[in-house]
Amino acid sequence: MSAPTRIRATLKEGATELRMLFSHPMENGLRKDAEGQRIPAHFIMEVSVRRNGEIVLAADFGPSISTNPYLAFSIAGGAAGDEIVVSWRDNRGETRSDTIRVA
Amino acid sequence: MDSRRRDVLKAGGGLGIWSLLAVAGIVSPARAQDARNVAAFEATTLDEALQALGARDAAESGAIRIVAPDVAEDGRAVAISVSSEIPRTEQIVILIEENPWKVAASFRLSGAMAPAIQTRVKMARSTRVHALVKAEGRLFAARREVTVTVGGCGT
Repeated sequence: MSAPTRIRATLKEGATELRMLFSHPMENGLRKDAEGQRIPAHFIMEVSVRRNGEIVLAADFGPSISTNPYLAFSIAGGAAGDEIVVSWRDNRGETRSDTIRVA
Repeated sequence: MDSRRRDVLKAGGGLGIWSLLAVAGIVSPARAQDARNVAAFEATTLDEALQALGARDAAESGAIRIVAPDVAEDGRAVAISVSSEIPRTEQIVILIEENPWKVAASFRLSGAMAPAIQTRVKMARSTRVHALVKAEGRLFAARREVTVTVGGCGT
C-alpha cells in the first residue's frame, strides 16, 4: 500500500499555488541492491491533478524523476473549499488518489 | 457536465486519462494523441527522443527559462524549473541528455495552469538539460548545462 501524496494549496494573488510530494521509489531498473541483484524498475508513469473535477495538469513521468517526486505549479483563480485531487499510476499498474480542500 | 463524464474522470486516475476520454467519445482523437509518447520515453539517445517528440527542428527560444543549479552536489535530486513566456503554451517536456532514458517528464497544461513547473530530477553525470515547449502546435527549445558532483542514476 502506497503512502499518501502530500499536497499543499495556497491561495495567492488570484491564483492557487500547488505543491505536492509523492511517495514513490522511482526505481529506473538499473540499480543493484547490496547482494548485487538488479532492483526492478518501479516508477510513476502518469499523474493527473484536478480541481473540482476539471483536469488542470496531466503529466507523464519517466524514471529520471527523483525518488519521492516533487511538483509545484500555479493555477489561475480558486477559492476556499475547492477540491484538489492528485492521482498517479505507476509501471506496475498501482494507483493512488489523494484529495484536499483548499483552505 | 453529464454523469458519464464524471465517471470517466473518476476512472481516469487508474488508466490513461486521455485515451479513456477518447474511448468515451468525449475528446477528439487529436486530443487523445496527447497520451504518453512511449517512443520518446523509451528513447536511449537524444536524437531518437527528439525525433519521437517531433522536435528535431524545434526553434531555439529565449522565451523559455530553465532554472537549475550550475553545480549540483547530489545528482539524485536536482531542483529544476521550466517556465515559458510563449503564448498558449500547451506542453512542457524536460529532457536530461546524459541519463539512460532522455525524457524525464512531459506536462500537458490546461488553460488554467500558469506555464511554469518545478520538479526534481536525477542526473547520472554532468549534463545538458533540454526544455521543449509546444504552443499552437509549434515546438520551441532551450538548453542549459548542469555540472554534477556525484551522479544519481547509480547502478
